[in-house]
Amino acid sequence: MIANADPMMPRVFRVRRKIRELRDVYTLLLEPPGNGEFSFAAGQFNMLYVFGVGEVPISMSGDPGQTQTLVHTVRSVGAVTRAISALKSGDALGVRGPFGSHWPLEKAAGRDVVIITGGLGLAPLRPAVHQLLAQRARFGKAALLYGARTPRDILYQRELERWRGRLDFQVEVTVDAAPGSWRGNVGVVTTLVPRASFDPATAIAFVCGPEVMMRFSVLELEKCGVSKERIFISMERNMKCAIGFCGHCQFGSAFLCKDGPILACDRVQTWFGKREI
Amino acid sequence: MSTEEFEAALSESPFFRGMEQRQTHELAMQAAEESFRAGEFIFHEGEDAQKFYIIQAGKVTLEVLVPDRGITVVQTISAGDVLGWSWLFPPHRWHFDSRAVEATRTLSIDADWLRQRIEGDHDFGYEMMKRIARVMVTRLQATRLQVTDVYRT
Amino acid sequence: MSDTPIKHGGQSVIECDQLQQLFRALTADGYRVVGPTLRDGAIIYDDITSVEDLPTGWTDEQDGGLYRLTRRKDEALFGYAVGPHSWKKFLHPPVIRLWTASRDGDGFQVNQESDEPPRFAFIGVRSCELHAIAIQDKVFLTEPYVDPIYQARRQNIFIVAINCGHSGGTCFCVSMKTGPKVTFGFDLALTEILEGERHYFVVEAGTEKGEQMLEEVGPAEADSEAQVKAEQVVAQTAAQMGRQLDTTDIKELLYRNYDHSRWDEVARRCLTCANCTMVCPTCFCTTVEDVSDLTGEHAERWRKWDSCFTLDFSYIHGGSVRTSPKSRYRQWMTHKLATWIDQFGTSGCVGCGRCITWCPVGIDITEEARAIRESEKKQE
Repeated sequence: MIANADPMMPRVFRVRRKIRELRDVYTLLLEPPGNGEFSFAAGQFNMLYVFGVGEVPISMSGDPGQTQTLVHTVRSVGAVTRAISALKSGDALGVRGPFGSHWPLEKAAGRDVVIITGGLGLAPLRPAVHQLLAQRARFGKAALLYGARTPRDILYQRELERWRGRLDFQVEVTVDAAPGSWRGNVGVVTTLVPRASFDPATAIAFVCGPEVMMRFSVLELEKCGVSKERIFISMERNMKCAIGFCGHCQFGSAFLCKDGPILACDRVQTWFGKREI
Repeated sequence: MSTEEFEAALSESPFFRGMEQRQTHELAMQAAEESFRAGEFIFHEGEDAQKFYIIQAGKVTLEVLVPDRGITVVQTISAGDVLGWSWLFPPHRWHFDSRAVEATRTLSIDADWLRQRIEGDHDFGYEMMKRIARVMVTRLQATRLQVTDVYRT
Repeated sequence: MSDTPIKHGGQSVIECDQLQQLFRALTADGYRVVGPTLRDGAIIYDDITSVEDLPTGWTDEQDGGLYRLTRRKDEALFGYAVGPHSWKKFLHPPVIRLWTASRDGDGFQVNQESDEPPRFAFIGVRSCELHAIAIQDKVFLTEPYVDPIYQARRQNIFIVAINCGHSGGTCFCVSMKTGPKVTFGFDLALTEILEGERHYFVVEAGTEKGEQMLEEVGPAEADSEAQVKAEQVVAQTAAQMGRQLDTTDIKELLYRNYDHSRWDEVARRCLTCANCTMVCPTCFCTTVEDVSDLTGEHAERWRKWDSCFTLDFSYIHGGSVRTSPKSRYRQWMTHKLATWIDQFGTSGCVGCGRCITWCPVGIDITEEARAIRESEKKQE
């Protein structure tokens, strides 16, 4: 991690390349200042600043083993993300970070790993998949279950296909609705859980996606026998400072910028699933 | 497949697991194996629902043709799942199309025979209804979540 | 607190007219002296240059949604409880610029802000307020991130604390174990005593710096009678608390009761005006605003006080998480009394009563906690 003199001051990165992933989803490949390096742990996020517009928290979605390029996938949905999506190669972007907790793969050594994600939730998990595959022998069975709205909304499709081609990684994809030409699965992502290969008594689970999707995925995992302390979710709330001072990102007793965004389910069981928390 | 093989397949299937051996034996006597090529329809919306299917291998859709929108697949059913229960209640007509997405093997049981057995032998009927209800509950919950459209922006 | 703490040793006495020398000594040493003064019908904290600026002879009457100043029969300098201001307005500024940025070719440059805050001397800090400052120290000065703005203001301050001689109508420091006696965190602690013609202060130094300042005033040794009187003042204040809060297992109590109907009850009254968060000495939430000028060449980032009572506070893509007033009141109270304990190891509440006094509809945090607790007892 590159120490920042003042964690509230952005450093200026440059856009190397912009990839259009989906209709309104873009991936930026960013060059650290002075062609330096940027290290992070899978699951962490940065605050991305567009000059004069504002800042948003976006998870890293690149390979943590590759420190010369910073990768962020962004959906164009508000003023700042629209501005980020409009950036071109060579443009400047302010970056503060890395912040937050990480996907605890260290807890999964020797165990099966099951990853359940949907929609854009795959973006914060892609670094964890990179990390897992880079040290594949450390873990037991590994399964990735991914749900999207329709086949046209599948994120990182080529990468999913590549991962699926491996003999040591089970990748199942489903969509909520599809046209007749679709030859894959149709149904919510939890319908994939019974087919995933993992030992529920010992496996570690990572779940990331819209909050509703995480709720029913956690429920399904618990039904299978995965206990709360082995299920990790990534929560999202309003963020302003990202360093635990502004108070906005609190979820129960957790500051999502410091204690999260990745949290074990037993840590937040007092609040997860409750309305308006 | 022989009756013994059917019996083995039925008792191993998640749906029939736990049923008494004599009940599984009876079912095995009525079972047939049906295979479908990729793209072949298992049944069409509106047709008489005369069979109870269990998918042994492969994948089939439940789909509906919406005018000017084309075919919409609402669900896919894979190995181990049961396909359809429209045979259970009148008017015994399929409500959706079902098409094999890939080469698919199924076990089918005649619906007439099943309906008579369920009415005639209440122990057997209870075991069947219990299992069908569980499938319906699971499917309904999943479908409700699907309808919630969680990935919508 | 500025300097090496010393063992709570001897107590001294200074006469009321010696207090001005303390002001002078502090000013001469380069401190910016701030303390209680009367303005707009309330006793607030602002720059004061002499003892004359203190609200001498005034007292306050406080209750839910009520604050009145009335004249005392004596000329006590500190004969009132706390007002709408707290010391956080100096340590944790309501509005401050974090940095500026300017376009630079096809990129931009972010410029560090130079921050040279004054050295404050706080006059008249109450025990509850010392606890509040200690609580905010935990928020802002604990690793891994330290707020440099708070830190720059917090170090080198000089604290002249007061042992309360007057309990406010909404005070409950006894329940929260935060007073009324000042026990830590001060350079000097004063107890005001008026008896007949005599008007003096029993003084205790808490640090070497405090001792130094006291020397410049020229204290006399306190005899046992004066010390006993000082203790009596505090005991009397402790016996006159306006409110009471049972803190037994309060964290678990509130964690169990997120769906309690009492929240609906308080939601009928709460205006989400955010007064409570502004007057609360421990509330620390802020927001960050990015602005640019009309030319688009210059940008600035500002930090401002914010409140969890605003609708925007919990906004994430397309909507807010806490839309109902009920959820926002519940968030504030549960944070203050319960989740704060998990986060920082202490309660977030110091029992100063400001939130009760300054709530326009008089919502009382002690009453809300009591209602929830008692409804559980009824069920047993």
